[in-house]
Amino acid sequence: MTHPLVVTLDKKSAPRTIFAGDKLVEVAMPAGTRVIYPRPPLEPLKDVDAAIRYALNHPENSDPLHAKLRPGMKVVIAIDDISLPLPPMRRPDIRERVLTIVLQMLSDYGVEDVEMIIATSVHRRMTGPEVRHIVGDRIFNAYWPKRLYNHDAEDPKGMKEIGTTEEGEVVELNRKAVESDLIIYVNLNFVPMDGGHKSVAVGLCGYRSLLAHHNPKTMRQCWSYMDPPKSALATSVTRMGRLANKQLNVFTIETTVNNRMFDRNLDFLSKNEDDLSSTEKAGLKALTYTLSKLPQPARNAIFQKVPAPYGVTGVFAGETEAAHEKTMKRGYEQYLVPIKGQADILVTGVPFISPYNVNSFLNPLLVQVMVQGYLFNLYRGAPLVKKGGTMIFTHPCTDQFDENHHAPYIEFVHKLLPETRDAMELHKRYERKFASNPAYIQMYRTGNAYHPAHPFFMWYWGEAGRQHMGRVIAVGADNEYIPKLLGYETARTMGEALDMARETAPPSPEITMLHVAPMLMADVTV
Amino acid sequence: MPASYFDVDGTLVATNLLHPTFFYLANQKTPLHSLGRIANALVRGPSLFAAEVWDRRLFNEALFSLYAGMTEDRLLILADEAFDTVLRRSLFQESKALVQRCRENGDVVLVSGALDFLMTRLAKHLGATGVIANKLEIKDGVATGRIQRPVVAGPEKARLIREHAAKHGHDLADCSAYSDSYSDIPMLSVVGHPAVVNPDLRLGRLAKSYGWPVLALTPS
Repeated sequence: MTHPLVVTLDKKSAPRTIFAGDKLVEVAMPAGTRVIYPRPPLEPLKDVDAAIRYALNHPENSDPLHAKLRPGMKVVIAIDDISLPLPPMRRPDIRERVLTIVLQMLSDYGVEDVEMIIATSVHRRMTGPEVRHIVGDRIFNAYWPKRLYNHDAEDPKGMKEIGTTEEGEVVELNRKAVESDLIIYVNLNFVPMDGGHKSVAVGLCGYRSLLAHHNPKTMRQCWSYMDPPKSALATSVTRMGRLANKQLNVFTIETTVNNRMFDRNLDFLSKNEDDLSSTEKAGLKALTYTLSKLPQPARNAIFQKVPAPYGVTGVFAGETEAAHEKTMKRGYEQYLVPIKGQADILVTGVPFISPYNVNSFLNPLLVQVMVQGYLFNLYRGAPLVKKGGTMIFTHPCTDQFDENHHAPYIEFVHKLLPETRDAMELHKRYERKFASNPAYIQMYRTGNAYHPAHPFFMWYWGEAGRQHMGRVIAVGADNEYIPKLLGYETARTMGEALDMARETAPPSPEITMLHVAPMLMADVTV
Repeated sequence: MPASYFDVDGTLVATNLLHPTFFYLANQKTPLHSLGRIANALVRGPSLFAAEVWDRRLFNEALFSLYAGMTEDRLLILADEAFDTVLRRSLFQESKALVQRCRENGDVVLVSGALDFLMTRLAKHLGATGVIANKLEIKDGVATGRIQRPVVAGPEKARLIREHAAKHGHDLADCSAYSDSYSDIPMLSVVGHPAVVNPDLRLGRLAKSYGWPVLALTPS
């Protein structure tokens, strides 16, 4: 018997409505297609502040936070950046609630030397309004920008090497954090690859440390990113994090949210289209129609400017690994949907947002990240699509970039990808030189651009999917050359794409659709 | 090994060619001499403006004619003070770090229509390795008001960069160039990695079309 969230379509089934960037499209899927829907949002905690206090006072495998405090000590609070959650959370963001309680506790115990660092690693610097959104007005007004600021991985004096793991991975972290008496990490866990040792060992590191695991070789050994024991990336990060925790005094605070990306009046987006009430059907039709008529900036505003009403489902604190174990359990509880058997053809819509384009456009490189990176990796156990199988996705693949946030991406896509798509070659021939381009470094350090190494990491992010899948077909692309640059075929309609996919699939192929967003993960048994 | 070529006025410093020129005009032998030179410059203001609009090279020639009659000794004696008073104070906050970052990758050359004796001081201060700049023609220890050929401006900058790269074995495809002005399009186009700094409107539009990095540097 299949899980109720896995629906097998028949001839009478309604078309499925899936994302194609910031539009919704109706696609008719053949009878026999399995459609995997997200779990309904977990019930949020009733008293979040009480849960935070409880976690701080009853931490996992650690003394309570108050027992670690003494007057005169130097404390650095590191905070997850705006790449989590997606879209950003309606205020008050859970990080504001945690920080409010932690700062009060620090003050009560006479700790005055407190600095807060947005743990951006090589992500772009968050703007003042973005930081205000996650920490709240009171904290922002009191601390920004002198005692609340973005991490700068390229500050020559701002980084400090603390050691090398037995595998030769160099651990170099933010100097302020390293030289503090206590690091408190305030995390927001959105997907199972977040949090744990990734927080300090990646969030506060720089390019030298990222080289150890953000490379094509490591990415090829991840099955999947969302299943840490089977991810070479997570294994490397854990080694580096353990080294950091041995030398530094780290107190981890992790939080989980449910998958309520949209308000209740948009609940129909995550439901079986055959089960919609007439009001919901009308709502879905109206939304699909409206989005098809609106200009792109207006669609962007609808989705990006409206924060999501996430509910907080857990707060766990203490020693990094012990706290993270509980976080993972809660995350899987929200996302995992059991699936039996892999698909020959995997179909999915690509939504408007990724961790790397909050408040900007999902550019072609990020479409690749979504398709072969995140969406392919939304599994535990075995990949949802068979080795050599085909993935079909809906997205316009528009050749558009935010020239501020994604400045180095433009050169990567238009100058390097035409040379080669081979991740190993890109890594060996181009990465080091490109990553040290002073103009891009300057834009990273003082503007709001991603580090020049980041487009390479984004390409490697799709490496496991690229190696695993035989073909990728884009449906509804508004141009031919971007899909071609990314190594994709194109089809005008879903029907045409399915016909193309069948040509290289076994007879009566298993077709599975991943109905995102909201978020879900397939727990695949073969 | 690549090289980075920097325009100076508006790119690394917030000043332009007028500022040091005014410094020299205002620091003549006597206040009366200074007053006379400033009055002369003001009279020629409209023609300078027209030259700037028409052609950067013409502007350079018209501007440097104001130095006619100044002794070489005076120009050099005042150079340190001119650098301290005008240029060093006007450096963008991030200029030194940017030049130093470029220096890690190879040579850094200042390519400017400004005068060589000021640019050498700026290069030393920033850690740049070379200077391509205008030189006043000096006869019998006195500036004639003409500048030596080639005049460093517009397309000539591109040719001089090519020449410099060939002489020093730099592959232009690996080199970078930075400028704030549309008049420097030739110089930006000749290298593999152009970047614009606080660009004027036309250069900003062009940078957007070509996907060139746009740097926003902050005045001190």
